[in-house]
Amino acid sequence: MRALYALIGRDIKIALRVGGGALIGVLFFLTVVVLMPFAIGPDLALLARLGPAILWLGALLASLLTLDRLFTADHDDGSLDLITMSRTPLELSCAAKALAHWLAAGLPLVIATPVLGLLLNLDASATATVALTLLAGTPALTFTGMIGAALAVTLHRGGLLLAVLVLPLSIPVLIFGVAASEAAITGPTSFGAPFSILCALSLFGLVLGPFAAAASLRHGLD
Amino acid sequence: MRLSGRGVRCVRGGREVFSGLDFEASTGEALAVVGPNGSGKTSLLRLIAGLLALAGGAIALKGGEDELTLAEQSHYLGHRDALKPALSVSENLRFWRDFLGGTTSSPAESLAIVELDHAARLPAAYLSAGQRRRLSIARLLTVRRPVWLLDEPTNALDTAGQKLFSTLMGDHLARGGLIIAATHMPLGIAARSLRVGDAS
Repeated sequence: MRALYALIGRDIKIALRVGGGALIGVLFFLTVVVLMPFAIGPDLALLARLGPAILWLGALLASLLTLDRLFTADHDDGSLDLITMSRTPLELSCAAKALAHWLAAGLPLVIATPVLGLLLNLDASATATVALTLLAGTPALTFTGMIGAALAVTLHRGGLLLAVLVLPLSIPVLIFGVAASEAAITGPTSFGAPFSILCALSLFGLVLGPFAAAASLRHGLD
Repeated sequence: MRLSGRGVRCVRGGREVFSGLDFEASTGEALAVVGPNGSGKTSLLRLIAGLLALAGGAIALKGGEDELTLAEQSHYLGHRDALKPALSVSENLRFWRDFLGGTTSSPAESLAIVELDHAARLPAAYLSAGQRRRLSIARLLTVRRPVWLLDEPTNALDTAGQKLFSTLMGDHLARGGLIIAATHMPLGIAARSLRVGDAS
């Protein structure tokens, strides 16, 4: 347990320091969302209708941007060798790293959402709903992304491969995330069903992701 | 405690690096792996550490702790120093102490032994190559592991550092440790040599 706390603490510390990934993700999210109104134009009704989808897309791309370094940084400096050799099962280490990544790079996106909702003409309750769906859905993005990050670790220029591998896997999360947000804001359909599926996707990712990532890291040893 | 390999075969990228390699080392013994560049010295260490898959043969540690694998009882000191530039010297060391676990000693003492105590609060990004190596050596001292797998351990160390490391390796052997080191330089301690790559 102490080993996992140490790993989570180290990864968060690195992410929050200068050159770490946490701030880059939030800034990217901010940039994408701020650019949208300029591209779409000053149609407030249209903005409000597209708002949840824009926020979700921004969050998806921002989390992809920082996932790239999840394992490659440790691989490049040799830490991954020692993590593989250690007495902590690799699956647990992977889960701890994903958790640290979500705390440092996923949670700030959720926290930034209310501010960005203003730019998209979303009212308070709509913004809160989108933030809630992001809170439930971003862990799924991190855990599925972790599998791609582990596969890409031994390949050079794995960043591009990561996007190709991970984006198709994140389509269900996107569909149900946006569906739940829209259901709560406009729709006659219920909020509960897509939101439950979104939570299920996150839990599914939590269970499957670490095993798949550890298996691909072991397979890719060289 | 006895580390032995029988008929070890290594294949990298479809090419056989070496095969039929036998070796043995017991408590208090150091084995110096020697051979020309590309002969498979690093590969042999990574095979022992479990970081490469064996293409044939077997490697076993007898007389260690039964519940732990060979990799879990080993320290691996590779070309890459496993340091995070954003963390300070002592943060790096404390992380490895907490993460690797087992029997540990104080990081501050280890830093004093490798003469890095004055730089404990400095981010690791500012260390020179030799200082990074000293910090990696401090990891070997902080966390107790009976088997040390060292890949060119004295690279980048100055003469005083090499001498210091010889003493530390001697202490480790005297405490019942076991060392396997890939090297081109004399280790400064009594060691049997193991040649790799003669067959190919």
